[in-house]
Amino acid sequence: MEAEIRLRVDGTTHTLRVDTRTSLLDALRDRLGNTSPKKGCDHGQCGSCTVLLDGRRITSCLALAVSHDGAEVTTADGLAPGDTLHPVQRAFLDQDAFQCGYCTPGQVCSVVGMLAEATDGRPSHVTGELTGPVQLTDEEIRERLSGNLCRCGAYVNIVAAVRQTLAEEAP
Amino acid sequence: MIPFDYHRATDVEDAVRTATSRPDATYLAGGTNLVDHLRLGITSPSLLVDVSRLPFDDIDPLPDGGVRVGAGVRNSDLAAHPTIRRDYPMLAAALLAGASWQLRNLATTGGNLLQRTRCAYFQNPATPCNKREPGSGCSALAGWQRHHAILGASEHCVAVHPSDMAVPLAALDATVRLTGAHGDRGVPLTAFHRLPGDEPRRDTVLEHGELITAVDLPRLPPTTRSAYRKVRDRASYAFALVSVAAALTVTDGVVRDVRIALGGVAHKPWRATRAEETLRGADARPASFRAAAEAELAEAEPLPGSAFKTTMAREALVSVLTGLAEEGAR
Repeated sequence: MEAEIRLRVDGTTHTLRVDTRTSLLDALRDRLGNTSPKKGCDHGQCGSCTVLLDGRRITSCLALAVSHDGAEVTTADGLAPGDTLHPVQRAFLDQDAFQCGYCTPGQVCSVVGMLAEATDGRPSHVTGELTGPVQLTDEEIRERLSGNLCRCGAYVNIVAAVRQTLAEEAP
Repeated sequence: MIPFDYHRATDVEDAVRTATSRPDATYLAGGTNLVDHLRLGITSPSLLVDVSRLPFDDIDPLPDGGVRVGAGVRNSDLAAHPTIRRDYPMLAAALLAGASWQLRNLATTGGNLLQRTRCAYFQNPATPCNKREPGSGCSALAGWQRHHAILGASEHCVAVHPSDMAVPLAALDATVRLTGAHGDRGVPLTAFHRLPGDEPRRDTVLEHGELITAVDLPRLPPTTRSAYRKVRDRASYAFALVSVAAALTVTDGVVRDVRIALGGVAHKPWRATRAEETLRGADARPASFRAAAEAELAEAEPLPGSAFKTTMAREALVSVLTGLAEEGAR
């Protein structure tokens, strides 16, 4: 079965016919040519397909495209206009927060989503007081990014990249 | 993946009518478990009825002081809700201990209850599994048993229910609200999931076409303290080996009320009624907590590979209850 859907991806609206089995990840990569979200495990375990769906980070491999007709999707490719870099992307470069780079677009989208959740005061598994303010310690950063695997093991510098972004944001 | 038809439900009646009309139809909400199973070939429905846009995304107070959680509320939003964080900390903690942020942003309350076991043999269509293919046998009985049951299992299935969220819901005496072709009903969460018996294919008491619309949480007395502890193989993003949800009410050093459920140990969230009975009226001391844990686990029948879980569950339970009692005494 096929269905016609509309997706707004990185600011551009697309109308396309998809097989109902098509994941959002495959629609982005194979139909719209946006290869920044990566297919790692295709089971929601590795996080390399992470995009922002209506502003929230999700694993696009486990989302059926047809179910998200009308959605606004932001990929790592669309975080900043043209050749400019989003502060999180800049920090990943500055801190050498990757080696092969395959997980990086998912990591970057995940960090952007994570910073918004923290600003919103959402606690994590390691937040001591569930109703208190959120302080993004290294332990918090690691817990909040545990859904993104890096098989090169760049985790130490990914935490440093998040710290750089936080320092730049601080008033 | 086998081709399937897709129908976006316009309202609840449309959803139930459409799903009921086809014997192998299934509901789609967040999709985090279902889409994976479609891809793995564990399930192959001919029709998906998408209920993700039905108006079940509210968290509302109930007249009796409890809370109604819509079935479509995302796990992340439930964990972040001010009322849940303040009044049901063990529920918020359990949600935050499960999956990853990306998955919790998709996964729903109803879908969390209906997620299926992560038994490696169930998830691998190349191996026998009575839950996936009735009568084919249970591979875990002579296989890898680290993540399998110690309570309530059968010779046909030793799988465990993987949900963190369902464990505090079992302890809370939550009610699952259902609607179907024959009307609405409420099922206590402790009776919603089944033990495997000789029909491990069925995880729950849901009839075909029945839809979860909400989960009702009863009010807890303000003096009750609750906590969730999850023991797992790594610090984050792993299923529980053992988990404990406990709510304790102590007055003058005596246990007035206690509710306990265990996760990772059975085919359903395991309400520890024997431990609760042992504790009511007892001194709120570690010795009482240990006696209660031992009473609950006396009937554990682990496999060789899951025997460690009996000790792990006992110690986790003693530790959580002791922590709650100390917190209340401060």
